[in-house]
Amino acid sequence: MKKKTADRSTAPEQEPTQSGVKSRFELPFHIVKRPHIAPWKKILIYAIALVGGMLLSSLICAVFSKNGKNPLDFFGQLFNGSFGTPRKSWLLFLETALLLGASIALIPAFKMKFWNLGGNGQILMGCLCAYSCSYWLGGKMPDGLLLLVMFATSVAAGILWALIPALFKAVFGTNETLFTLMMNYVAAGVVLYFRSAWIKNGSGQFPTLDHGILPSLDKYSAALTVFVFFVLTVLMFVYLRYSKHGYEISVVGESMNTAKYVGIDVKKVVIRTMILSGAIAGMVGFFLIARTGAGLSDTSPNNMGFTGIMTSWLAGFNPLLMFLSCFFIAFLTRGMTQVRTDFGFTNSSVANIVIGLIYFCVISCTFFVNYKIVFRGKSGEKTDLDRKLANQVRGVK
Amino acid sequence: MAKEVLIEFQNITKTFGAVVANNNVSMQIFQGEILSVLGENGCGKTTLMNMLAGIYYPDGGKILIRGKEAHIHSPKTAFSYRIGMIHQHFKLIDVFTAAENVVLGVKNGSKYNLKDVKKRIGEMCDRYGFHINPDKKIYEMSVSEKQTVEIIKVLYRGADILILDEPTAVLTPQEISKLFDVLRAMRNDGKSIIIITHKLNEVMEISDRVAVLRKGEHIGTVKTSETSEQALTEMMVGKKITLNIDRTKVENPADRLFVNGLNYTNSEHVKVLDNISFVARSGEILGIAGIAGSGQRELLEAIAGLQPLDSGEIIFHRPKKDLPVSFYHKTLKQVIELAAEGKFHYADGTPVDLSGKSKKEIRRLVNEEKILFNEDEIMNLRDKTPLQIRELGVRLSFVPEDRLGMGLVGNMDIIDNMMLRSYRKGNSILLNRKKPENLADQIVKGLEVVTPDLHTPVRRLSGGNVQKVLVGREISMAPKVLMAAYPVRGLDINSSYLIYNLLNKQKEEGVAVIFVGEDLDVLMGLCDRILVINSGRVTGIVDARTVTKEEVGLLMTKTDAGKEKRDEKENG
Repeated sequence: MKKKTADRSTAPEQEPTQSGVKSRFELPFHIVKRPHIAPWKKILIYAIALVGGMLLSSLICAVFSKNGKNPLDFFGQLFNGSFGTPRKSWLLFLETALLLGASIALIPAFKMKFWNLGGNGQILMGCLCAYSCSYWLGGKMPDGLLLLVMFATSVAAGILWALIPALFKAVFGTNETLFTLMMNYVAAGVVLYFRSAWIKNGSGQFPTLDHGILPSLDKYSAALTVFVFFVLTVLMFVYLRYSKHGYEISVVGESMNTAKYVGIDVKKVVIRTMILSGAIAGMVGFFLIARTGAGLSDTSPNNMGFTGIMTSWLAGFNPLLMFLSCFFIAFLTRGMTQVRTDFGFTNSSVANIVIGLIYFCVISCTFFVNYKIVFRGKSGEKTDLDRKLANQVRGVK
Repeated sequence: MAKEVLIEFQNITKTFGAVVANNNVSMQIFQGEILSVLGENGCGKTTLMNMLAGIYYPDGGKILIRGKEAHIHSPKTAFSYRIGMIHQHFKLIDVFTAAENVVLGVKNGSKYNLKDVKKRIGEMCDRYGFHINPDKKIYEMSVSEKQTVEIIKVLYRGADILILDEPTAVLTPQEISKLFDVLRAMRNDGKSIIIITHKLNEVMEISDRVAVLRKGEHIGTVKTSETSEQALTEMMVGKKITLNIDRTKVENPADRLFVNGLNYTNSEHVKVLDNISFVARSGEILGIAGIAGSGQRELLEAIAGLQPLDSGEIIFHRPKKDLPVSFYHKTLKQVIELAAEGKFHYADGTPVDLSGKSKKEIRRLVNEEKILFNEDEIMNLRDKTPLQIRELGVRLSFVPEDRLGMGLVGNMDIIDNMMLRSYRKGNSILLNRKKPENLADQIVKGLEVVTPDLHTPVRRLSGGNVQKVLVGREISMAPKVLMAAYPVRGLDINSSYLIYNLLNKQKEEGVAVIFVGEDLDVLMGLCDRILVINSGRVTGIVDARTVTKEEVGLLMTKTDAGKEKRDEKENG
């Protein structure tokens, strides 16, 4: 008690001297970790980053434009490219759906902290199996049956490509990051091998297919794919959030020791989850081929195995938020194609710079979601922070 | 005693985000005194001293050294003010010798000459009464030797003000008294020593003055000779509390868990468990004492099914003689198998023959408790996984040392953490969060867990509340054996006593409690028997009611004492 009164009496005298004390190491601001953030603030931060990134991009595009376009045109063309015609809209949703497929293939593994960088390879193996079934068996069996065979082999191939690193991880503790990454190159090599083995006509390309093509429900054969992957995404959300398997995945991902402590068979969970992961990736491969009977190439997955990593992180591993992140990325990619032609860019580099810039803005703004910056007051006056802290301490007492 | 003021804190404030670690702390440190900085965990005592040692820089206020304002922005500057800190976790290089560690990073213009360094170390040892072999490598040293090296390291740099952060946490009673002698010698030599601690008895023993911090604020500084443990506790906690643990008599003890000859050698060929045998009895708390890292963790994990063993057995004894079989422990299939082996009888003594009976009929008999066991059930838990142990119906609860890394999942909320043990129940592939939610609610209310709501990730809770959640869950399983490793480490006094009371209550309910502790006073006040473990070997099982602290301390170091003597001979 005695001490308190003493404090009060000395405080006014000390304040001026205290303000004079400034270390040369003192920065004018503090970086403070946020314990909580209100959802609206979070959304606002993302929105500002997104708008900021787009504004910056529009300026860059205007500067580099060959035909004197202005920044406003950038926005117009971006939307035009994504929504301009029904076909463009359908393709936008198709791309979103395929990206969703690639992302939900990765998410269970990521939740388990199994860094599956082999999405591309797993999708590509799915493509290869779907394609070769149709290529060799097309016409020899009813199309419905052929589609089933294509589907089954694609899924199996995806599983195989995911299972190999999973087994090594579970049994020998091998690092999955490098392993899955390398499996991508093996998959690409396998595809190239079969191309040279099968295609003897000198074109060096797999021809498009006549058999084993999925029925198209709409003019652009996109609806079925969109439907399947949208539904799967919702199912994946339920699986991860409400099923016992999903719970086990979270526990293994958060703490291997806790998993062992409560008797979860970690090896089993790793293998089971990677089978699921590979199966979905294989399915994406199947849809890539069977949707229109497209030809196969070693770049068929269109790098979705890596883009999926970004969409998963952006969505914080929440499948429902992935609708947003996948849509956002599909929108940018489609829109920039249009901007590119309209602004007269002869190659894709400016478009890539712009896409990268917008990604960067959106991803780096997470810093402001996790931290806030507090400025110190001018010398001579007590800052708000000090007052707040003093109040807090009083409140605690 | 008119002593010179050496250091003065003036209105020091330090914040980390929304956490106020120190608020407006003003205090003084005199020349030639031992000052204890006392306070509960998280009250800001280490933060305050870190500002003196140059680890942190204060957000507000100033530090005066010998009356002049000081800006201590790095440990190096701290040394230029002759301030040195010995941290709780030692900062030594394992493959270097003591002398090499001492001289590491010293820039005084002179040539690197280990001979001189050793000579100076020898002088210091003589002056203050240390014993250290300067050519010994750090990894060969005991904790107490490492601490000595840290102290020499600081002295070598010319420190007059030594800050020791929880120096006794890892020492045995004998080592503590040796350390205290050294500290007294240094004080008499005119050095100022600051000890950060939360152990009251040590404060009373060693210090001249005590500064008490509570929730980041300086409550007051008192002379040790003019205060008492009770008064200090009140200053620390802010209210009166009783420091007695109610130890009840052991009622009807029955042998519950037999541990026979456990051996385990780790991948570095160190014998971690060396022929460990003991019996844990129901209705009794068995304490396990020993220097940190003597095999306590491995022992408990072995019993819990997490630690592979080279040899030995862990026998669980379930008193079931003349008691009915239930579907809690056994499945229908197991009941039929056991009946075929002739393990059951009816109340009138006739043997049970289930052949030819329908499943429905058997279910009815079990549910009506008509089928009784002939003998107690005996199960070997060795090489069983935690899941298999549970499937055997053995209710074994384990509060591990690493709460957030093993007992709980930090990023999950309280409800999901409640499910960890029970989520498998039922055939649905989906989770049932209803029951865990009720349990979480009960525990939060019953144990007064401070949390915004049930959906807060447990890592956001304070240490005491995390432990309440964990212990609450483990006790809710109605265990027959409850193992707790360092359950009060890092907890404030109130939470600690709450945990002691919970353990006592389990004991009264007939649970066999195994308690691994580090504070001998607590072990001797709470437990019924104490098993002392030393380098993976049992060096004694003593009656906690009659044993003295020194006896336990001797058992903790039994073999090490011999080894030290050998070392001294070699050096001499």
